[in-house]
Amino acid sequence: MELSLATRSVSDHVVLEVGGEIDVYTAPRLRERLLELVSAGTKHVVVDLAKVDFLDSTGLGVLVGAHRRLRASHGTLSLVCSHERLLKIFRITGLDSVFEIHRSVEEATAGGSAHAARTGA
Amino acid sequence: MSTVHLSFTPDPAYVRTVRLVAAAVARRAGVADELLDEVRLAIGEACTRAVALHRRHELTELIDVSMIDGGRFTVRVVDRGPISSAEGEPGHTTTEVMAQVAAEAGGRAAVEEDLIMAGVGLALLNGLVSDLGVTAAPDGSGTEVRMSWPVSRRPSQ
Repeated sequence: MELSLATRSVSDHVVLEVGGEIDVYTAPRLRERLLELVSAGTKHVVVDLAKVDFLDSTGLGVLVGAHRRLRASHGTLSLVCSHERLLKIFRITGLDSVFEIHRSVEEATAGGSAHAARTGA
Repeated sequence: MSTVHLSFTPDPAYVRTVRLVAAAVARRAGVADELLDEVRLAIGEACTRAVALHRRHELTELIDVSMIDGGRFTVRVVDRGPISSAEGEPGHTTTEVMAQVAAEAGGRAAVEEDLIMAGVGLALLNGLVSDLGVTAAPDGSGTEVRMSWPVSRRPSQ
């Protein structure tokens, strides 16, 4: 399988750890898992991209969709990402100002709605 | 000058296959290692766009990809879909695209994301590739997305 998904709870967040490649073929599974979390009433989701090797516009679309849905139900979605090759994609598309992007799960789950830790310029 | 050419059924499962082949051909052509991520992503975006277009219009024709090792490493992705006004012009900023998509979007989650992706994919391509051309396909129906990267040659013996 080119994509792995694992969830765990950390304080009042659900952390979804994604591994492998998120592209047009694998993104639907990610979308489905995020939809399940939202339907189950999860309010605070952290998507951990630390083990993601590849992310394209389809993956971005899934993340944007989930972000919107969570915000609509007064929840939050934040990302964990520290690889420059992925951070670059968020920057090029301007989505680095839409998402809260943290360097680690610890940072993402500390203090609830802490302000975003912006990536280095 | 040498060419690797492939054609594939418009199925998301094959986009990764094309990425892998393109990265291998690019490496052999002398594209710098630090550019290979960009090559993979850009070709992936062009192929994803072509697959989405074929599926949206229920086209079963194959998508054509040619990779040419010449003065530069050039890739052409040719689809058989009609050019839509929303995505026919690279150069729109992501903000403009997202605003348009937000205004038009309504309905099911997957449909909304498809609209987002169509615009963001092209905006990402635009931001990634300095030499990008989107034109009508040379032989008539469809679009050709052309992109190229510099190569560094080892001196020959």
